[in-house]
Amino acid sequence: MSDAILVLAEHLRGEISEITYAMLGAGRNLAKALNAPLYAVLLGSDLAPLAARLGAADKVFLVENPQLNLASAGTAAALLKELMAQQQVGLVLVGGTNVSMGIGSVLSVRTGLPFVNFCKKISWDGALTCTSQLFGGKILADVKLTDGRGVISIYPGSFPAEAGKSEAAPTTVKLELPVAASTVLFKRYIEPEAGDIDITKQNVLVAVGRGIQSQANVALAEELAQALGGAVCASRPVIDQGWLPLSRQVGKSGMTVKPRLYLALGISGAPEHWEGMQGSQLIIAVNTDPKAPIFDGAHYGVCGDALELVPALAEKIKAKKGAA
Amino acid sequence: MNLFVLLKMVPDTVEELNVAPDSPALDAEFLRFKLSDPGEQALEQALLLKEKHGGTVTVVALDAPEVDEVLFTALAKGATRAVKIGGDWSRLQSFAAGQILAAFLKAAGSALSADALVLLRSQAIDDLEGEIGPYLADELGVPYADVVTGVTVTGNSMSIIKEFAGGLRGEFTLPLPAVLGIQSAEKPPRYVPIAKVRAALKSAKIETVDVAPPARLARFALERMYKPEAGGRAQMLEGSPEAVADKLVEVLVQQGLI
Amino acid sequence: MKSDPVTLLGPAGVGVLWLLTLLAFGIFGRRIWQLIGLLRQGRPENRFDQWGRRVAHFLKHVLLQPRLFNERSIGAPHFLIFWGFVLYATCFNWSLLRGLLPFLPIPYPDEVKIVSFFLEIFAVLVLGSLLVATMRRAFFAPPHLHLSLDANFILSLIGLLMLTTLFGSGFRLVAEGARAPGWSPFGNVLAELFADVPAASALKLSQAMWWLHMLVVLFFLVYLPYSKHMHLLASPFNVFFSNRGRLGDLSVQGTTEDFGSGASQWKELTWKQLLSGLSCAECGRCDRACPATASGYPLEPQQLIQKIKKHIVKAGLSGKPAADAHEPKLIGEVISEAELWSCTTCLSCMERCAVWNEQVPLVVTLRRHLVTQGAVDRTVQDMLANLTRYGNSFGKSDRMRAKWVQSSGLKIKDARKEAVEYLWFVGDYASYDPRLEEITKQTARIFQQAGLDFGLLYEAERNAGNDVRRVGEEGLFEMLKEKNLQAFAKAKFKMIVTTDPHTYNTLKNEYPWNGDGVQVRHYTEVLDELIQQGRLSLKKKLTGRVTYHDPCYLGRYNGVYDPPRRVLQALGLELVEMPRHRHRSYCCGAGGGRIWMEDTPGIKERPAENRIREAAALPEVPTFVVACPKDIAMFRDAIKTTGHEGKLAVKDIAELVAEAME
Repeated sequence: MSDAILVLAEHLRGEISEITYAMLGAGRNLAKALNAPLYAVLLGSDLAPLAARLGAADKVFLVENPQLNLASAGTAAALLKELMAQQQVGLVLVGGTNVSMGIGSVLSVRTGLPFVNFCKKISWDGALTCTSQLFGGKILADVKLTDGRGVISIYPGSFPAEAGKSEAAPTTVKLELPVAASTVLFKRYIEPEAGDIDITKQNVLVAVGRGIQSQANVALAEELAQALGGAVCASRPVIDQGWLPLSRQVGKSGMTVKPRLYLALGISGAPEHWEGMQGSQLIIAVNTDPKAPIFDGAHYGVCGDALELVPALAEKIKAKKGAA
Repeated sequence: MNLFVLLKMVPDTVEELNVAPDSPALDAEFLRFKLSDPGEQALEQALLLKEKHGGTVTVVALDAPEVDEVLFTALAKGATRAVKIGGDWSRLQSFAAGQILAAFLKAAGSALSADALVLLRSQAIDDLEGEIGPYLADELGVPYADVVTGVTVTGNSMSIIKEFAGGLRGEFTLPLPAVLGIQSAEKPPRYVPIAKVRAALKSAKIETVDVAPPARLARFALERMYKPEAGGRAQMLEGSPEAVADKLVEVLVQQGLI
Repeated sequence: MKSDPVTLLGPAGVGVLWLLTLLAFGIFGRRIWQLIGLLRQGRPENRFDQWGRRVAHFLKHVLLQPRLFNERSIGAPHFLIFWGFVLYATCFNWSLLRGLLPFLPIPYPDEVKIVSFFLEIFAVLVLGSLLVATMRRAFFAPPHLHLSLDANFILSLIGLLMLTTLFGSGFRLVAEGARAPGWSPFGNVLAELFADVPAASALKLSQAMWWLHMLVVLFFLVYLPYSKHMHLLASPFNVFFSNRGRLGDLSVQGTTEDFGSGASQWKELTWKQLLSGLSCAECGRCDRACPATASGYPLEPQQLIQKIKKHIVKAGLSGKPAADAHEPKLIGEVISEAELWSCTTCLSCMERCAVWNEQVPLVVTLRRHLVTQGAVDRTVQDMLANLTRYGNSFGKSDRMRAKWVQSSGLKIKDARKEAVEYLWFVGDYASYDPRLEEITKQTARIFQQAGLDFGLLYEAERNAGNDVRRVGEEGLFEMLKEKNLQAFAKAKFKMIVTTDPHTYNTLKNEYPWNGDGVQVRHYTEVLDELIQQGRLSLKKKLTGRVTYHDPCYLGRYNGVYDPPRRVLQALGLELVEMPRHRHRSYCCGAGGGRIWMEDTPGIKERPAENRIREAAALPEVPTFVVACPKDIAMFRDAIKTTGHEGKLAVKDIAELVAEAME
């Protein structure tokens, strides 16, 4: 049996993050291939209810300490290093998210293990091969970890979260580990700008990107969204222009949405955007560039000018609804 | 304040990126470099802090193609000093870059003064070995925060805004000196007219310093580098806007959405 | 002489006249001296060349005033008032001289029969004109005519001058007991009316009329340089020194100062720019022509000029300012940034201005300062950054500039590698915009089928910089120009043909060709020539009615009106002109960098929409022909937003030529 695989279970405001399940799913496959146990570790306070959700792991370590809530990279890394030594861990998976960013890279330096960022795929054929995406997804790179040891940052949305969800009750182990005092102190949460439509609660989202060209055209999308009984959201460039409020932003820095229909107009599908909408049940993308990455993940694609399609589509939907 | 901005040049993804035929690296022929986007944000944040609190902004970059232009632009925007660390860094990865920059900052001494703040990108698009901010902070023995979108300095401490997900942000406090990974500055990066850049080219100077290169430029060798397979899963609908709209309505009806 | 009007006040009369004259001329002179002093504080600019052309221009536009006749209701009245003024001013000086120097052996002007005749004729013509002007102001005022009390007051004063002349003449005839229906036709009528007045009283009354007349003129003299009628004095100079070079060239001649960073305060404007405000007659022609004003953008060219005038008079003439006095900033307080960014640089205001003011270069001068400060719209910043880095506003790789050539299957020469007759400077929009790719390919096919020997610069071509310069980024313009010049130097060609009229303008007018005989031509000019030479085989006769939109930078800026019209005619199409055509063409709203800016919220309608409605109102004209790639983008969009899809189609002239060649 090989050294254990450890997943740093990410949680935010009393909820297990989606990335944690994705890591557990990936970890499960690896554990099988390497014949290694799969551990998860939770850092922070009030961990018991969170631990119950991590049935996919063979063992869940709980390090209860309020100082570990949103701990700095250095603090978390010091603790993980300790845990790795104590529990014979050879491979650590961390989330490539804003919450966990930095922990993996410090841990790797302190343990002397290689760190692989932006990992989208892991395969095992006697050695561990990580496939990472570089340059915003334009290039892939394979890295071989010959002894199967290292720290891997899992790129959000690369592994299915379903595989890491289990109803089973995990074995939980409370650990007392020394926590170094940190001078980086968490003060408060700042809520997303309220007072607007909550796009995370919409069944249908019409998303607009740079390809929409001007603020005036947002109205076209608005009309289509109304016909579909949904709302309009946008990618970062549109928000940066001030065409829509921040509360409508989908993506890494914005909201994560999972509507039944996500209709992407003039959105190229940069990884940062993809991260926020990949959970949508049906993705339809309209873009003038046939090579736009959005078509790689969408269910239906239209290569053309959204500004031409949208009015026609809105008309037909209204007609259809009127007829029904 | 004593502000340091560490700038990183990254391949410009506007150009087509190709993989070299003989090694797992980018084909240098069509490669062009630009300042990483969050790096530009870090510079803007530093300039905003300088304007508010006074002091100096030192921009530091490892030598790379087109880096001089970036440094002169930074000077034209209001940076006080520009430093280029000489050497061939084309195969340099994050960890070794962190070692070099840590060595430079330690030698600079003032990087650890009570009012020092080191700003750099939160993450660059080719930081395959990970972010160097937390490593640098570790080496310098100062606190670190990343994905920062706002900085307010009061005396010897500061409060920062970090971006989580779903529009949620958090406020943290930490003392100076410190290292910050910047995601975006409080204001969009300023425009600097070409005439000012040209004036900087004439009047300002880039200091070149040498730092002993680390033993290894990368912690692991890449096995392979390649382009993702084009053409995805999407079923493409073709025809006039009218025809496409008809097909989409059909899909939406099938899915029970209308 | 018995009737010498000065003697009304007895022997002291001459003294009183001397006193009043010295006072009035003193105040007038001091004011004019101060105003000249203001102009002298402006930056230098060489407007002292081309004397011959200037004199001719002056004679035409000051003496004949053709631009005033552009608005019919006021053209003739203004013309008469102006010439009346010239006559009266001459006679006033004559009269004054005679009054001041009683020993002069000359008569008063009105004592000379022929002079008196003209004075009376003009008095009546001017009174008629004043009536028209007053009625226009009261009942038919066009929009943007500045309805000030000042104007009404001056109209009243002029009226008074005419009346005193007529009544003076009438009473003199009564006093002399004479009648002169021939030489004094209107005075004679009045003399008949007042024939009952005793001769002595009539003499006094005629002398009083003379005094009143002189007093009004002296008062007018004092009042004039403080009023909008300053234009009377300043505009002849303004017209004389107006730009006699190329309107499409924004460089400033004869200044060694760094004009590239623009002006942040009034002293950084050139003396000619400072003269603009003093010359402005507040007639509102520019506002009525301005597409930004019509659309509800925060810009009125007249106000821009007026604000600067008021600002310089206040800041420059109010004596020593108090220590704590706040002088408002020229940009930001006197003139808002939004005003400056609203201008499309379409040149309509300048084409219309009766005193030949130069509003567009003024806007650009002020924009330059904003650019220096980095105070530029986000979207424009992105464009400028793209242009700096990639040489195009699309932010695409320079290597992709001629990508359309590959997919067209055509073989097009590389002008850097082999000599060509025509170097085709394609421009950003026609090169990169996917909406225009097909038209660009069609143009290439037309050229090839006509056997035109042409080539491209491929990836060496950079944005020519026309819009960059008009945004106010002078440094970037210089950089783009240098890069293009380097590319030109490597290529072998005789002529340049451009797709974009903006590109055409800057290459033609702002690039130094150092007399190496490079001709810059627009593709419509080349198409016209190819058709005339019979080199284009137009197999199919097109039928139908079309209208044609003159691009600002092709028409107003460079006077290319006929070649595109001839092409349409040759294709067999019936050209139906829109009400606003040729030099009156209405801007699409894209120029001067506006195409890179966001719409200002709350505007009435976009200029392109206004234009499409104008075209749509033409009976049975289904095709709107353009000759500018930006027009395709702007008007196709406006067709959608105004709901004219299916009714009106925007077509490039090259598309129609290609159709006829099939």
